[in-house]
Amino acid sequence: MTETLVVERLQTHFFTKAGVVKAVDDVSFSVGRGKVLGLVGESGSGKSVTGFSILGLVDPPGRVVSGAIRFKGENLVGRSEDDWRRLRGARIAMIFQDPMMTLNPVLRIDTQMIEAVQAHEPVSKDVARQRARDALGQVGIPSPDERLRSYPHQFSGGMRQRVAIAIALLHKPDLIVADEPTTALDVTIQGQILAEVQTLARTTGTSLIWITHDLSVVAGLADDICVMYAGKVVEQGTVDAVLDHPLHPYTNGLLGSVPSRNKRGQPLQQIPGMTPSVLKLPPGCAFQARCARVSAACAEPIAMQEFRPEQFARCIHPHRDEVPA
Amino acid sequence: MTVYLIRRLMQAMLVLAVMSVLVFLGVFAIGDPIEILIAADATQREKEEARIALGLDRPLIEQYWVFVQNALQGDLGRSFVFNMSALQVILQRFPATFELAMVAMLWTVLFGIPLGLWAGLKPDSFSGKSIMAGSILGFSLPSFWVGLMLIMTFAVVLGWLPSTGRAEPETHFGITSSLWTAKGWSHVMLPSINLALGQIALVIRLTRAGVREAMLMDYVKFARAKGLSQRRVIGVHVMKNIMIPIVTVLGLELGSLIAFAVVTESIFAWPGMGKLIIDSINLLDRPIVVAYLLMTVFLVIFINFAVDVLYSVLDPRVRLKDAGA
Ligand SMILES: Nc1ncnc2c1ncn2[C@@H]1O[C@H](COP(=O)(O)OP(=O)(O)OP(=O)(O)O)[C@@H](O)[C@H]1O
Ligand code: SF4
Ligand SMILES: [Mg+2]
Repeated sequence: MTETLVVERLQTHFFTKAGVVKAVDDVSFSVGRGKVLGLVGESGSGKSVTGFSILGLVDPPGRVVSGAIRFKGENLVGRSEDDWRRLRGARIAMIFQDPMMTLNPVLRIDTQMIEAVQAHEPVSKDVARQRARDALGQVGIPSPDERLRSYPHQFSGGMRQRVAIAIALLHKPDLIVADEPTTALDVTIQGQILAEVQTLARTTGTSLIWITHDLSVVAGLADDICVMYAGKVVEQGTVDAVLDHPLHPYTNGLLGSVPSRNKRGQPLQQIPGMTPSVLKLPPGCAFQARCARVSAACAEPIAMQEFRPEQFARCIHPHRDEVPA
Repeated sequence: MTVYLIRRLMQAMLVLAVMSVLVFLGVFAIGDPIEILIAADATQREKEEARIALGLDRPLIEQYWVFVQNALQGDLGRSFVFNMSALQVILQRFPATFELAMVAMLWTVLFGIPLGLWAGLKPDSFSGKSIMAGSILGFSLPSFWVGLMLIMTFAVVLGWLPSTGRAEPETHFGITSSLWTAKGWSHVMLPSINLALGQIALVIRLTRAGVREAMLMDYVKFARAKGLSQRRVIGVHVMKNIMIPIVTVLGLELGSLIAFAVVTESIFAWPGMGKLIIDSINLLDRPIVVAYLLMTVFLVIFINFAVDVLYSVLDPRVRLKDAGA
């Protein structure tokens, strides 16, 4: 089996005073070795919680309620905290959205990198520092020796994100979960970092889960796409299939709201309405309040269905044989 | 940094100068010491002579000027009662007060920080809630009442600890202190606990708030995503951040411990500056009162200054700002 990660029917819920928040509700996908999966969806759709679940980092009041997370064939759900700790940062790494917040402001870069090396390998401080320096060089940080002695506030946002990426790469993990790592950066830096991460993943065979709400980012990067809406996967398939022939009205709407060359001059479309509150989701399709194709049948629970080879959607009336809007 | 230090030093001098005027005027307003010092049947002439001998006959402004000139030479006047240099009288009492404050500070750190940490990490547990409830008591119960209860319980009823006085100090390694002996510790126990209770409550709340806030930060989650042990995440990443406000407040509270010692020292007959000042006010011994107040102001200013320096050592972001200024 070549799959690095297989997520099966994952449910991660938050048990709050206001009720149970089904942040991740029946999510399944898999990522092959060296492949890139784009996890797309609007704010609050459960992308980050999915990512944290894969690293065992869901904090109370939240927890993984059911489902399996198979990493290289082994189910991680229900493992001890110590097992998780051994995997985190070593075999599965994560990069966060806001580089201004992810590095500890009062610790020097070398401290934060050396501890990451030593958390998984019993090497001396000097060896760990060497590794840290090489990793900084690898992500294109000039004069890494000097930079190691700096504090995070002495770096720009783009540089900090490179440091975070360098930390993620320290142990050559099998899987990196990147949670919107370029959203907070300006476009040029975004492009550079995307290209670099892609190259790194290709050359090392590392699998990537790239979380974003920006379809144009995944278009050039991902092999497969998973579209999330209100905690559920509503469409998944290869990047070409999903972007060229979206099945689900939500995906279709997302694509309509992305600026592209062949639609120049036309106004961008918006998906009308708001994301429903995850606390009181309607039975059946969560998108029904905003969907133009809604019918009475949409109020019943809807299963994921394979409409085309390897392209799935959770919808009663998908855009089947039409050209996308 | 140097510019910053010089600026702070000048501010400190100004505060001291203003305080000296206020203290001098304030103390001058309280009664006529001659009435207390001289025997009731003394003649008008004897009173006049005593007044001239003590310099009390000269105009207020001249008295202040003489006082400032002498103060600059380290002479804060002679005590009417002890017929000794006021500063000397106070410095004799200072070690006892300082000892009491330091032991109280020790309890504050030893109990306040771990309890606050626990309450912050387990805010919903029974133990966490009990700690918070206890800290409310520590805040709201009046110090003198707690002091009396301590005496009642541990000295009168149980008879475990002495209720008053300080053990004979001994000198070892050039340090004179009553704490070299077990008897010394038994004497300092009740007053120091009395003095520390409010501070412990404060530090518990401060630590708890800091921990709860820090635990939600991305840098903590990122540190965990690196595979660090919980101990390192809390002991280094969280503690290093919350130590900044805690050290600041502890430093400032050291000043108030010395000042609040007045009540505690009176209750437990601890022979420190606090007890001295109460006696001196009763006897209208002006030079002692003035010297005590100036000494306290000086201590607080000095501690503030030291805290500022310490703060810039702990927080790298402050250091950078000053380098630019
Ligand atoms: N600690 C928590 N307690 C309660 N609800 C939570 C908690 N953390 C997340 N949620 C809920 O889980 C849902 C999914 O959140 P998540 O952060 O995964 O969204 P996201 O897709 O990553 O959005 P964004 O694009 O804004 O990052 C949200 O509705 C959020 O309110
Ligand atoms: S299931 Fe119905 S409401 Fe939901 S997206 Fe499809 S057509 Fe729209
Ligand atoms: Mg997110």
